[in-house]
Amino acid sequence: MSDNRLVNPLDNGRPTLVDNLIDGWELVVGLEVHVELATATKLFSASANRFGDEPNIHIDPVTLGLPGALPVLNRHAVELAMRIGLALDCTVQPSTFHRKNYFYPDMPKAYQISQYDQPINIDGHLDLPNGQRIGIERAHLEEDTGKSTHVGGPSGRIHGSSHSLIDFNRAGVPLVEIVSRPDMRTAEEARQYVTELRGILLAVGASDAKMEEGSMRCDVNVSVHKPGTMFGTRCEIKNVNSVRSLGRATEYEARRQIAMIEAGETVRQETRHWDENDGRTYTLRTKEDADDYRYFLEPDLVPLDPSPEWIQAVREALPMLPGARRTRLGAATGTAPDSEAVMVVVERGQDDYVLAVGHLGGDVARALVHVKEAYADQGAEPSVAAQDLALLTRMEVGGKLTATQAKAVLADIVEAGGGDAQAIAVAKGFEALDTSSLEALVDQAIAENADAWSKFQAGEGKALGALVGAVMKSSQGKADGKLVTALLNAKKG
Amino acid sequence: MKVAKLARLDLDPDEIDRTTSQLAGMLEHFADMDALDLTDVVPMTQPYPLRNVFREDVVVEGLLRDEVLAEAPAAEDHRFRVPPILGLDL
Repeated sequence: MSDNRLVNPLDNGRPTLVDNLIDGWELVVGLEVHVELATATKLFSASANRFGDEPNIHIDPVTLGLPGALPVLNRHAVELAMRIGLALDCTVQPSTFHRKNYFYPDMPKAYQISQYDQPINIDGHLDLPNGQRIGIERAHLEEDTGKSTHVGGPSGRIHGSSHSLIDFNRAGVPLVEIVSRPDMRTAEEARQYVTELRGILLAVGASDAKMEEGSMRCDVNVSVHKPGTMFGTRCEIKNVNSVRSLGRATEYEARRQIAMIEAGETVRQETRHWDENDGRTYTLRTKEDADDYRYFLEPDLVPLDPSPEWIQAVREALPMLPGARRTRLGAATGTAPDSEAVMVVVERGQDDYVLAVGHLGGDVARALVHVKEAYADQGAEPSVAAQDLALLTRMEVGGKLTATQAKAVLADIVEAGGGDAQAIAVAKGFEALDTSSLEALVDQAIAENADAWSKFQAGEGKALGALVGAVMKSSQGKADGKLVTALLNAKKG
Repeated sequence: MKVAKLARLDLDPDEIDRTTSQLAGMLEHFADMDALDLTDVVPMTQPYPLRNVFREDVVVEGLLRDEVLAEAPAAEDHRFRVPPILGLDL
């Protein structure tokens, strides 16, 4: 980086990585993620918060914005919002509600009640599995809108429709909007952020966070700039409904902006709509100013000011979060916390099980590999007793079963929902070779592969493979590859 | 004009003149308050000394769909029918 680099007040001090650039342009991504809270009722009224029911059966005067109806805040929604904030290391502060005024048929009051300049949670962060820290600006409470269905246009699109139908079941459902700082630099980081955030939301029980059902929705802010210069003008992409389309939409939008700038055009700040089928974004509207929403304090609600005792109780009740669980499992198994095995097993909630195998005298590192490979269909509480897997891993590290044999035995155990590894190994004829018969096979391999042996003795590492392969073949796969290598090295002297 | 448009108010020229001067008067009043040194004054968000008014998260039956939709200007397929949305944009 050159010395005359412009100081960018937003760049989070992140050094530019050449590998992250697209044709010399650096991508800057910030995310606004809306999550529906797992409450029984709506944010300001007692109608049920339930997805997938018949239209317009969870409605009341507050939901419909009927004259004189008054909102009353749902205590549990506040608690879930605090869980999210504290899990993201935010400060929980006294907060207020505002009216955000705009006309749209899915919001009959003509305003949305949201938190504006005093949100409940501020200044947190989320650490990606690779350790990259992404700042969280705020995580505030607001109400969801109704759901519109556009009729009479091509394939249900808003463009060209003749009219729309509104279902208010979702109107008033509690949301927390989690706003990141513009700290991500690639589409992949954006994907990792959303995946990690989803894991945290599920862990704290704040939301079912199903992107396909809309209980977790992402708006992506994308801009591009040359490294060392100020950030570019950003566009906000809406309608991103899966982690996969998040990656695609971000990538598409970055390339669109790069092409515009390189063609001498200017990127306009606007809201764009991601079309999953076409794989592109369209202008939805040019960006409103905050002034256009004429925010003012909601006169029908009083300030929210959770007591320190309440905040502390929520903090203490938080479960161990995915990041900490990965660190714990990685340390116990001698594996990197962002390795595939650790990521997969923690995501399935099977890390406690792997650790239990260790406490029962099994080998945790082998248990981690086996659980990752063989327990994809099992939940957080596998049907196989940890004791059974502990025995299997003991036999494996004790040289009584090869890795291949252990896998075969485990497949039987998993299918039966449990079983004695010792008995299954015997039934399969998997009595591992004792050292003397293995040594005989190694000697035989040396004799039959004199050429490879002399190369191996001369220090050619590649020749090892041929010798080990010969022993595996003559033992019909019963030999332990590591033991064979050790014997060959010992004989080489 | 813009305020009227944002609030979907249909004003005739006389009304626009009248409300514009009224709004200007209000803005002048706010400007007078802006001139005061209020650094030590805690903002009053509510006239009532209340905070933390909650309800418990318990479902109560609301309104009946058919009765509500019967009152709507138009309904279709158990939903409220509204004009095309893009035409409503500013």
